[in-house]
Amino acid sequence: MSPKIVVDGVSKTFQQGAVRALRDCALEVYPNEFLCIIGPSGCGKTTLLRIIDGLVTPDAGRVLIGGAEVTAPRKDIAVVFQHFGLFPWKMVYDNVAYGLRVHGHTESEIRESVPRYIELTGLAGFERSYPYQLSGGMQQRVGLARALAVEPSVLLMDEPFGSLDAQTRELMQEELLRLGRIQPKTLIFVTHSIDEAIILGDRIALMSSRPGTVKEVLDVDIPRPRDPEEVRRMSQYLTLRHHIWSELRSEVVGGVAR
Amino acid sequence: MSSTTVAKPSRAGGRTRRIASPAVVRTASVLAGLVAWEIYGRMIHSSIFTYPSAIGRASLALVEAGELQFYLKSSLIVFSLGLLLAIIAGIPLGVLFARRATVEYASDPWINALYATPTVALIPVIVLWLGFQTTAKVALVFLFCVFPILINTYQGVKNTDNRLVEVARSFCSGESRLWRDLILPSAAPFILAGVRLAIGRGLVGMVVAEFYTSINGLGYMIVQYANTFKTDRLFVPIVILMIMGVTLTSLLRRLERRVAPWLHMIMEEDRGA
Repeated sequence: MSPKIVVDGVSKTFQQGAVRALRDCALEVYPNEFLCIIGPSGCGKTTLLRIIDGLVTPDAGRVLIGGAEVTAPRKDIAVVFQHFGLFPWKMVYDNVAYGLRVHGHTESEIRESVPRYIELTGLAGFERSYPYQLSGGMQQRVGLARALAVEPSVLLMDEPFGSLDAQTRELMQEELLRLGRIQPKTLIFVTHSIDEAIILGDRIALMSSRPGTVKEVLDVDIPRPRDPEEVRRMSQYLTLRHHIWSELRSEVVGGVAR
Repeated sequence: MSSTTVAKPSRAGGRTRRIASPAVVRTASVLAGLVAWEIYGRMIHSSIFTYPSAIGRASLALVEAGELQFYLKSSLIVFSLGLLLAIIAGIPLGVLFARRATVEYASDPWINALYATPTVALIPVIVLWLGFQTTAKVALVFLFCVFPILINTYQGVKNTDNRLVEVARSFCSGESRLWRDLILPSAAPFILAGVRLAIGRGLVGMVVAEFYTSINGLGYMIVQYANTFKTDRLFVPIVILMIMGVTLTSLLRRLERRVAPWLHMIMEEDRGA
């Protein structure tokens, strides 16, 4: 099977080379695979995601999606942002419809499609609410519905649950597992939580501290459907967790010492 | 109030003491003020001071004579034309300055200099150029109004959340959609606040223009009745101006709240209300 996404030797510096964010990153993601990227904070995870989305141009290397080089944002890639990125003056319905409107879908297509994704993400009844009237978890459901509504072939998630409280976060992880069963997608999920990466991912890419590069890609050998609580008791979970933490620990400590 | 009781005002402590509703306190304050004015005003000679009921009678007389409507109409035309022109010119210019760095750098010394200059100082110049009639007065109101609108629009556009710009780019939004979905809605509360400031300044501009130019408008009424010591009539245009200011400003506030309910939500949370 040929990979859906190829990250090939991507490097990026900021501030005229003063900050080296990424160095020679390489990564392959297969169709309908759930890949988690984990690394110490400031390792360039988000930058890598933005390069894959075409928002940032790399200094060296390239990203291929479905064989075509990414040079600008594409309609078949959607992003879920850590900061939700909702428009405060749009109601939930219009926020979810945003991507479809921008992509030039007709109003009748939108009327047909938006309620389905509102239903799917558990937002029914909140169509006419404004984001500020919703909790963080609900706001991120809107972010998720907006991304899914454009029916992207690739979904990029940038620490989507990073700003939620611990309990909401676990609920949202279960939601994402459920959605993954209904609508499999090629998904890259950036996180700094080892637990989250193991529970959600098919594979986990471990990044080094800045300048970030992919150090190791681990297989998560846990069958689906997964129940987070059960997963946490499995021996594979504990082994992986221990391995990732010892790897990350040296990166974090090394990063601090530098 | 002793310093010990206000040293540490905790939120819970503030809530236990019941305070009458704000509307009741406000109404009581206004009524008490009016009554005190009425009593005190009656004790002073009518050419120096006046009192509410006399102002009421004088305004009825002025309405019956048709005088108030005549001058009010003239003032309103000047004011609304000046404000309208300031909105028409101020918003696009503000947007232009915010989006084109070269235009911004080229014009900001001029804008800052003109904004800092007391606009009143320009009145003789305007009269010299445009004469004493409506044109000159509209131009003055325009000058008073345009800067807060322009500067607030500029700030509003500059203040657009960059993270949302990235969201829009990520969804492949074109420039015109970006304006519709993001830049204008996020600048709207700033623009409205600018218009609200402009209304206050515009009323000042209107009255001052009427003091110094042709014989018309509420400003002229004020000068005329002050010179003839008809103090009760003098206060009629003043009260009208006050009502105009309060009504228009609160109208704009209400509009701001409707355009950007989330902003007021955040402000109320910050205040702990």
